[in-house]
Amino acid sequence: MTKEYRKNVHLTFPPTISGSPVICDLTKMFDLSFNILKAQITPRKEGHMTVEIMGTKENYQKGIEYLEKNRIVVTPVTQRISRDEDSCMHCGMCTAICPNGSLFVDREKRIVVFDIDRCTACGMCVRVCPVNAMHVDAENGMI
Amino acid sequence: MAHTKVNKTIAEINERIRSGKAVVLNAEEMTEAVRTMGKEKAAKEVDVVTTGTFSPMCSSGLLFNIGQKEPPTIKTSKVTLNGVPAYAGLAAVDGYLGATEPREDDPLNKVYPGQFKYGGGNVIEDLVAGRTVSLRAEAYGTDCYPRKSYEKEITLADLPHAELFNPRNCYQNYNAAVNLTSRIVYTYMGPLKPNMRNVNFATAGCLSPLFNDPLFKTIGLGTRIFLGGGIGYVIGAGTQHVPNPKRNERGIPLSPAGTLELKGDLKQMEARYLRGLSFIGYGNTMSVGVGIPIPVLNEEIAWYTGVADSDIEMPVKDYGHDYPNGLPRVLQHCTYEELKSGEVEIMGKKVETVPMTSYPISLEIADKLKEWIQKGEFLLSEPVEKIPAW
Repeated sequence: MTKEYRKNVHLTFPPTISGSPVICDLTKMFDLSFNILKAQITPRKEGHMTVEIMGTKENYQKGIEYLEKNRIVVTPVTQRISRDEDSCMHCGMCTAICPNGSLFVDREKRIVVFDIDRCTACGMCVRVCPVNAMHVDAENGMI
Repeated sequence: MAHTKVNKTIAEINERIRSGKAVVLNAEEMTEAVRTMGKEKAAKEVDVVTTGTFSPMCSSGLLFNIGQKEPPTIKTSKVTLNGVPAYAGLAAVDGYLGATEPREDDPLNKVYPGQFKYGGGNVIEDLVAGRTVSLRAEAYGTDCYPRKSYEKEITLADLPHAELFNPRNCYQNYNAAVNLTSRIVYTYMGPLKPNMRNVNFATAGCLSPLFNDPLFKTIGLGTRIFLGGGIGYVIGAGTQHVPNPKRNERGIPLSPAGTLELKGDLKQMEARYLRGLSFIGYGNTMSVGVGIPIPVLNEEIAWYTGVADSDIEMPVKDYGHDYPNGLPRVLQHCTYEELKSGEVEIMGKKVETVPMTSYPISLEIADKLKEWIQKGEFLLSEPVEKIPAW
């Protein structure tokens, strides 16, 4: 099986589900691999997890359906982070701190490329960007 | 000076600019031109080389006058712009706002690392962008200046005089920074990860003004330049100028060396080329866009402007322990060509490189200056005093 499909998603677990082992079902039932990038349970027992899921596209979709059936809200990470293109001056400082290389310098064009598909919305770039060009939607307080 | 085969004067070059015949190349194109056609032919064919840089330059600021528009008159002793304190110990309504001044109520590094969201550089950017800025002034009151406080929302247009006045810009070569300690450090060279996991560097390489005229043969007091999107002038050597560093065979210093003091009318400038910056854990500063034209007077100048990224050797220093303790140790030198490749080897370890200078905007500045000269809108000036360098 080729695992060519990979995606970073943000999962929100309602308090009734956050204590159950749901994520490992992705592997058991759908042959998907996962890489937990960040996980937190709030004092109100709501769970938040940023996870990279890898597998075939078909299995990925089945897995997501399974999660949603279990009342887990699935949000693509790419919707949670943005760059103000007018403000970014392509200095490159963010590339030092980006943990997985989703911000990197294109050596030919010498511009900073933002690969949103790889981004895990960790928010490090938001803290570091000297001109405040990176923005993370902080609605669930998960920066 | 050695005898040269090509000899042009600035007056002759200006004549060619006026008649639209001047050949102008940006410094990147000139590197290629000198490499392919040689210095003598390049000197014959090219009249002006335009350079450009857009880097954090902490020693920058705004010299301003707020006027006496609403009597009674005032002699300001404490002035803030959007809450950022300015120096008011000048004549009655003159002030100076430094780019690195944080806002009065900024928590600084009390919660480490501090965010420094707004400072002097941001005020300057806001003014240039045409945004309203809140001016507050206090005074002790005198017979001739009785007013004791003044508050007003102002824009750049309300200031009778606003001049970018930068005591030190355009550093000729600079340290590349690493961190040899085991914890992250937040510096004016940006965040440095522990155990030398990144090396940060700041220069526009072959585009950088003072690499193209390393011995200040054409740049001097009175040189007309591109400054922040408008026209400015070199007004001498900047603070910390080192005239006699160790140099390589191209005259390029092997350590931070020459600097320039610059000024220009803020009202002509553009916010794109003057950006207020917040450096996490360090403070506020400002990126300043500077472009300097170099007249190709002879083949010697042509040769200097032919500088390539591989000729520029930058000293690598440890900012975790050595720099804060004033230790002069240079770990090694890396060329700008190596640094821009994305990875360099330092002390046997492969280290990711991180630029702090915007190369695309540096190039844009060199090209904009080139366009001004080609259109005949910008003439070169004859420096009236030399800047010492040997």
